[in-house]
Amino acid sequence: MMMMFVIEASHLSKSFGPTRAVVDLSLHVQAGEIYGLVGPDGAGKTTFMRLLCGALLPDSGRSEAGQPGTTIKVGGYDVGKQTEQARAMLGYLPQRFSLYEDLTVLENIRFFAEVRGLSSAEWRPRCMDILGFVGLAEFVDRRAGQLSGGMKQKLGLAAALVHQPQILLLDEPTTGVDPVTRQDFWQLIIRLVGGPSTSSRSTILRQAQDAYSGSTILRQAQDVAQDVAQDAYGRTEHDSGWNGQRPAVLMSTPYMDEAARCTRVGFMQRGRLMVEGTPAELCAPLNGRVMELAGRPQLLLRRLAEADEGVQNVQMFGDRLHLRIRQGQSEAVLARLQELIPRQGGQIVRLRPIAPQLEDVFMSLLEREA
Amino acid sequence: MSDQAVYQGEHQTVIQTEGLTRRFGDFLAVDHVTFSVEAGEVVGYLGPNGSGKTTTIRMLLGLLRPSEGSARVLGYDVVRQSEQVRARSGYMSQKFALYHDLTVGENLAFYAGVYGIRERARLTEVLELVELSGQERQRVSDLSVGWRQRLALATAIVHRPQLLFLDEPTSGVDPAARRAFWDLIYTLVAGGVTALVTTHYMDEAEYCGRVGVMRDGRLLALDTPSALKQHAMPGLAWDVFTIVKNTIRDGGRAAEVSSAEHDSADGVSPLLVVLNALQQCPCVLRAGLVSDHLRAITPLDVDEGILRQRLAEAGITDVRLEQVEPTLEDVFLALAGA
Repeated sequence: MMMMFVIEASHLSKSFGPTRAVVDLSLHVQAGEIYGLVGPDGAGKTTFMRLLCGALLPDSGRSEAGQPGTTIKVGGYDVGKQTEQARAMLGYLPQRFSLYEDLTVLENIRFFAEVRGLSSAEWRPRCMDILGFVGLAEFVDRRAGQLSGGMKQKLGLAAALVHQPQILLLDEPTTGVDPVTRQDFWQLIIRLVGGPSTSSRSTILRQAQDAYSGSTILRQAQDVAQDVAQDAYGRTEHDSGWNGQRPAVLMSTPYMDEAARCTRVGFMQRGRLMVEGTPAELCAPLNGRVMELAGRPQLLLRRLAEADEGVQNVQMFGDRLHLRIRQGQSEAVLARLQELIPRQGGQIVRLRPIAPQLEDVFMSLLEREA
Repeated sequence: MSDQAVYQGEHQTVIQTEGLTRRFGDFLAVDHVTFSVEAGEVVGYLGPNGSGKTTTIRMLLGLLRPSEGSARVLGYDVVRQSEQVRARSGYMSQKFALYHDLTVGENLAFYAGVYGIRERARLTEVLELVELSGQERQRVSDLSVGWRQRLALATAIVHRPQLLFLDEPTSGVDPAARRAFWDLIYTLVAGGVTALVTTHYMDEAEYCGRVGVMRDGRLLALDTPSALKQHAMPGLAWDVFTIVKNTIRDGGRAAEVSSAEHDSADGVSPLLVVLNALQQCPCVLRAGLVSDHLRAITPLDVDEGILRQRLAEAGITDVRLEQVEPTLEDVFLALAGA
């Protein structure tokens, strides 16, 4: 299968005065991917998204001899030269999404549809499908100001989806959203991205309906989804949605448990993309090198672990410690601690290797840079 | 620490509630909650919006009267001795209550004044503790989220509280800043402070010694993260991997490849096909995506044979199943998501 990149960014830089927010960044995303962008505050994640949607212009590419030039394309369109076409491919949910609190859910959707230049004939039939998809169909007449935080987030997503974009940019979409709602939100993203590449939106909606029928969380949305899906079946193929391509999602998140759900993760720091890969690939260098240590007294355990030459880092997690071990020293550290802790009057309840998490990877990358 | 004498609580049990209940009209916001917290503990409180976490904190701070039941905090009754409770407790809200037009130093001096703290030395000490020394003249509006968070913590501890309530303290900050923040909390705890933390994030709950799960006003479980994963989960967790058989290249052996790159003929991701099958499966309580594979939760009496058979009935055969330790999120969603 041909690799089709829907986001192509090469050698992208952006400075604000002396601050280099994005530095020679190259990043490619394929249709059907959920790409997670992680990194400390100020790493340049938001700036990169703003460059992608053309809200900011990159520093002019230096095309001197031997220096590759800057490229930003979304959906095959050059963001700088074909800005309108490029923007039509994009849905963007910024960190602080502005809703009109005095307008109803439907009026908000209408506003965003018309801003996108959709005619009423285009957005009207579509908007109920999308509101059904995000689970807001029964709240069309509710004022946005009266929605819960999670529902506002879903309305933001609906507004970003109304023109059926090929690429969704989500900037920390679940910050401050409770875990049950976050689960709903992820289910929506997965269904959006995992859906059919050639058939119509109705298939996506049928899947949404299937999903809701099995889900306890969204049971109340079932009837709505059913209606919507049935309605969608009745339409002809030419008004079908996402034409020819599966959407791709690029999202930033400060939460590593969320990053672990993405198909690929890129780690940004000081404007640069330091490393990228599937969560499993990123965790691989730490396989066998993270250990859980529980026991008492905890302060003694921590002190002894920190003093061990084979231990790179010790982190407290409530009733236990996580140790990151230097390459190839796991067995030696295990043996030493098993001997040393009881001798110093401590007690080991648990000492075992555990699977590395993205958070361990994140911290080790930060240390390497520091 | 020079504050040792002040920090050392006289009471071993810092929070003790008995059937603590709060109604708003017909709505039962907190429903007969009984628990206790010992000195030096860090207890997390997980729950969806509206599950009663903040209402519980407001009652424990004596800001809201319980409809029923009672609570003692630091040995004081929260209804009759609420001023004593508040004088000895710190509260950090998720919407860091800081004055954006004021500087770091002015914000801290303001809160110190509210609590009657007049010594400059204490302000210097607190700023050092949260590593904001030298930033006194910075305006809050110019600070990063991580720094605001540390300043908010400084304003909550300037009066040397023995008990700290942290309401979603690290919402939206990166893992490095979160880790630095938690090291601060552990430093305070080592000095005798007790902390009760509400959070939406499993990453954060993992930092707590014990974690309580709330839903619809009720406290469903309260235990260490390890014990919750081992005992509180009313089901089993499975990792489900899709296998793409590549008979040509590998001489008939099944090869596992990243599923995202291999779509079925109609262009639907195989992961999504399996996800749909899992969600329709009567023996699956919940299913979701985890990077390149799926996670399914089943009742305790479902074994690999049954799960495999149910999937085969749905036409899914190319999967590898692995029973795994549930994550805190699995436990939480099993308890609070239903």
